[in-house]
Amino acid sequence: MTQMMSPASIAASRPATEDVKLEVRKLDFFYDRTRALKDISLSLPAKSVTAFIGPSGCGKSTLLRVFNRIYELYPKQRAKGEVLLDGRDILDRSQDLNLLRAQIGMVFQKPTPFPMSIYENIAFGIRLYEKLPRSEIDGRVEQALRRSALWAEVKDKLNASGLSLSGGQQQRLCIARTVAVKPEVILLDEPASALDPLSTAKIEELIDELKADYTIVIVTHNMQQAARVSSRTAFMYLGELIEFGDTEQIFTSPQDKRTQDYITGRFG
Amino acid sequence: MTEHTVAAFDEDLNAIDGLIREMGDLAATMAGSATRALLDLDNPLSRQVVSQDALMDARQRDLDERAITLIARRQPVAADLRMVVGAIRMAADLERIGDLAKNIAKRVGAVGEAVAPRRFAHGIEAMTALVLRQVEGVIRKYEMRDAEGLSALRADDEKIDIQYTAVFRELLTYMMEDPRNITACTHLLFCAKNLERIGDHVTNIAENAYYVLTGRQLSPDRPRTDETAIRLAE
Repeated sequence: MTQMMSPASIAASRPATEDVKLEVRKLDFFYDRTRALKDISLSLPAKSVTAFIGPSGCGKSTLLRVFNRIYELYPKQRAKGEVLLDGRDILDRSQDLNLLRAQIGMVFQKPTPFPMSIYENIAFGIRLYEKLPRSEIDGRVEQALRRSALWAEVKDKLNASGLSLSGGQQQRLCIARTVAVKPEVILLDEPASALDPLSTAKIEELIDELKADYTIVIVTHNMQQAARVSSRTAFMYLGELIEFGDTEQIFTSPQDKRTQDYITGRFG
Repeated sequence: MTEHTVAAFDEDLNAIDGLIREMGDLAATMAGSATRALLDLDNPLSRQVVSQDALMDARQRDLDERAITLIARRQPVAADLRMVVGAIRMAADLERIGDLAKNIAKRVGAVGEAVAPRRFAHGIEAMTALVLRQVEGVIRKYEMRDAEGLSALRADDEKIDIQYTAVFRELLTYMMEDPRNITACTHLLFCAKNLERIGDHVTNIAENAYYVLTGRQLSPDRPRTDETAIRLAE
């Protein structure tokens, strides 16, 4: 069996021609004194889907939360190392956080529509970052809803509350809200774990369409989902990146025994 | 390998593995008996091979059903997925080996009407020994998880091919010597061809088993064995 490469050498071995959108270098993360991420290095290719998998507490959601520095909302949480977005370190003190969160959008496990109309749920974000005339905002709202495959279902009730939608629709509304501010990277944290199979399929179909324009990172407990939607898969365990490779390879012939044990259901 | 958290998953995989072993043993028995029946003109033994083929078919259907059910219920990945898909393929090759053995056995009656002199049989006997060693070896090496052994075993198929060519030439000579030999020799020739085909199926099984164990494909071109080396060894 091939020797397991260290995470650092995996990042280094990626072909230079590949367009790297987000590059993590020697990243550590601390919840107070607890080291939750250990020396993570990896490169995420642009306009493709990367999945993070691993058992609960492995650090996959923590890593996702570093990408838009949302952890800074909480005290005693800090990251050490570098995260380069198009070559620029977003962990740098000079980074404008509002701009960062417009560039790197996030969708959470539980749908989080604002208690306002469907229209306002999307227009709200746009107005936050841009001053646009009403007609243009209308256009952007429609575009975002079409992009999220929700337009046909809501176009006649744009003034209804976002909360009146079904769970699956609410989640697509949240994706529309994220897409509306024209981000470059979309982070999805268990986006379908609370949804029924049909809504899940719609989200997965949506991810497949969105990857043409966005770099997508998805954290999921559903291994089949990772296998279905991603082109790269990273397996994390106890705060370490164990294996990172093409999804096809990870799910047919993983190189590390821990990856193999986890994805085949032999863990612990 | 470590056990699954869900124990029933292991039971399902073990059942499939058990069927592969059983079919492998049956294939070796059938191939051995069929050739012996042909050379000894043993009709009861040949009928036994024919009835064993029905058993082989039943085992293959059982394995297919179990494999498909396992895929549907448990969505295997990685080594588990390779094992299940590999088992389906290996079972198909083993079933074909059973068919070819039955084919040899069915000739016993026909040859009986034109008895082949014992001296015609030496080449076929040598070839049978080679083939049996391959059939038995491939399942044993899969059981032992011996990937390198499988790779070497695949290369050994060349020895069967060389022996087949030798038998072909030999039988052709007997036929030219005396046209009364033609009927018997033709049957023996078909028998040799079937043995050679069995060797090819063993090669397929070795390739599949190697992939199941390692996740890598063996290179498409087999290393060729030196013909003279084999001649000297015999």
